[in-house]
Amino acid sequence: MASLLSVRDLHVSYGAIKAVRGVSFDINEGEIVTLIGANGAGKSTTLNTVAGLIRPDSGSVEFGGDSLVGVPAHKVLKRGLALCPEGRRVFTQMSVAENLEMGGYTRTDAENRETLEMIFEHFPRLKERRGQVAGTLSGGEQQMLAMGRALMSRPRLLMLDEPSMGLAPILVQEIFDIVKQLNEAGTTILLVEQNANMALSVADRAYVLEIGTIKKTGTGAELLVDDDVRKAYLGG
Amino acid sequence: MDMFLSQMLNGLQLGSIYALVALGYTMVYGIILLLNFAHGDIIMVGAYVSWLVMAQLGLSPVVAVLLSVAACTLVGVLIDKVAYAPLRNAPRLSILITAIGVSYFLENGAQLVFGADAKRVPAFTDLQTIQLGGLSLSFPAVATVLVTIVATVALTLLVQKSKLGKAMRAVSEDMGAARLMGINVNSTISFTFAVGSALAGIGAVLYAMAYTQASPTMGMMLGTKAFVAAVLGGIGSIPGAVVGGLIVGFAEMVVTALGLSVWKDAVVFLLLIIVLVVRPTGIFGRTMSEKV
Repeated sequence: MASLLSVRDLHVSYGAIKAVRGVSFDINEGEIVTLIGANGAGKSTTLNTVAGLIRPDSGSVEFGGDSLVGVPAHKVLKRGLALCPEGRRVFTQMSVAENLEMGGYTRTDAENRETLEMIFEHFPRLKERRGQVAGTLSGGEQQMLAMGRALMSRPRLLMLDEPSMGLAPILVQEIFDIVKQLNEAGTTILLVEQNANMALSVADRAYVLEIGTIKKTGTGAELLVDDDVRKAYLGG
Repeated sequence: MDMFLSQMLNGLQLGSIYALVALGYTMVYGIILLLNFAHGDIIMVGAYVSWLVMAQLGLSPVVAVLLSVAACTLVGVLIDKVAYAPLRNAPRLSILITAIGVSYFLENGAQLVFGADAKRVPAFTDLQTIQLGGLSLSFPAVATVLVTIVATVALTLLVQKSKLGKAMRAVSEDMGAARLMGINVNSTISFTFAVGSALAGIGAVLYAMAYTQASPTMGMMLGTKAFVAAVLGGIGSIPGAVVGGLIVGFAEMVVTALGLSVWKDAVVFLLLIIVLVVRPTGIFGRTMSEKV
């Protein structure tokens, strides 16, 4: 079976600093795949490159059989690939409704009305707060908004960069429950996390990134009990 | 009383022109954090086009207005494409210096083509005064104020309600996140330049209507004062630009009415100094958190 996203031998650098050195991975339709690794391992860089925000030095990125290398970010989105960025980056001076509207920027109003219903089902809190300015939401609500906003484009693949960052444990659980729900509803998910425990427990498959290269791969369940992974990322 | 009212109207007229020009400064600053020092010179382009169309080609004032606004819009967008867009990822100082260079280029270019002498722009209309409840009011002044009100309302609606306006706000807050929404950042920036320059084009026509001349360096002082107005109101803020423009216009009017017209420029810059000392973010400006 051809994979939905296929990344081969990806190299990315910022000036002289090589952030990603030969990363390859695949995501199949319907999966939750996670990239775990320490700060600076190259996880976010990989996602930003796939999303078209950064140009790779070399390597290939194929989505649904088409190359994404050199395609600018605003066109990558139209092909069905959305990134919910690290640090949420909601438009703090715009209302919740306007943020969601921006998420559906490339789609028609009629499509957006329909998608909005679906998003409010997953995130009822956003419906309650739709008139509120996004900057006044709590961290957890902003994360929900960022995810809802990314979903407005009806992506085939949703990439989530550190959705649990800075959230209280109970909210982390809530966010991961929603990630599972979204996946069950048909969205393929690529999840980047420092919270390896959570990520591995929801993921079908996982890749461990260290200093810009893939060190290990396996199913989420396998890596949860892997000795090296336990030592390095799960606190023993 | 009549005298007082007509002075008020003059202040309002001048302030409206400053406001229209200040809007362009503020919009461009809001979206790419650039102080576009060439913006004032766009006015000059508009005034020359009005002169060309009416005095040289003998066409109607309506054509002059349309072509002036169109030329300003085009020049504004071209400046961005040619001079600023290649520097989008360069340090902010490089693009600022480029803006100053573009300003000199336009001023000297105009001098080369049209000569250093001021050209007389013909009157746009024979109607010089209108009667309102026993008062005789200057028509250009009334028209200026009305046009500015309409333009400001239209701009506010555009930015707050339209899809493109919302995209402008999204780009201005977080360019990377806007890209991830599928927004074409480059065309959004072009659109911002187009709108700001069109407003300057309207300002150019209104200015030429009031002061009936075009000269290569006319945009310099006008642009600088509109810039002061934008800073006064809080650069990046649309209501700020309008309020700032009106304050600068009234300040000049008051100084002139007191018989101290040689001091009017100094008073405007004194206002700038006071604002920078007392409230550097301007009247409507908010303290911006540094982007990480």
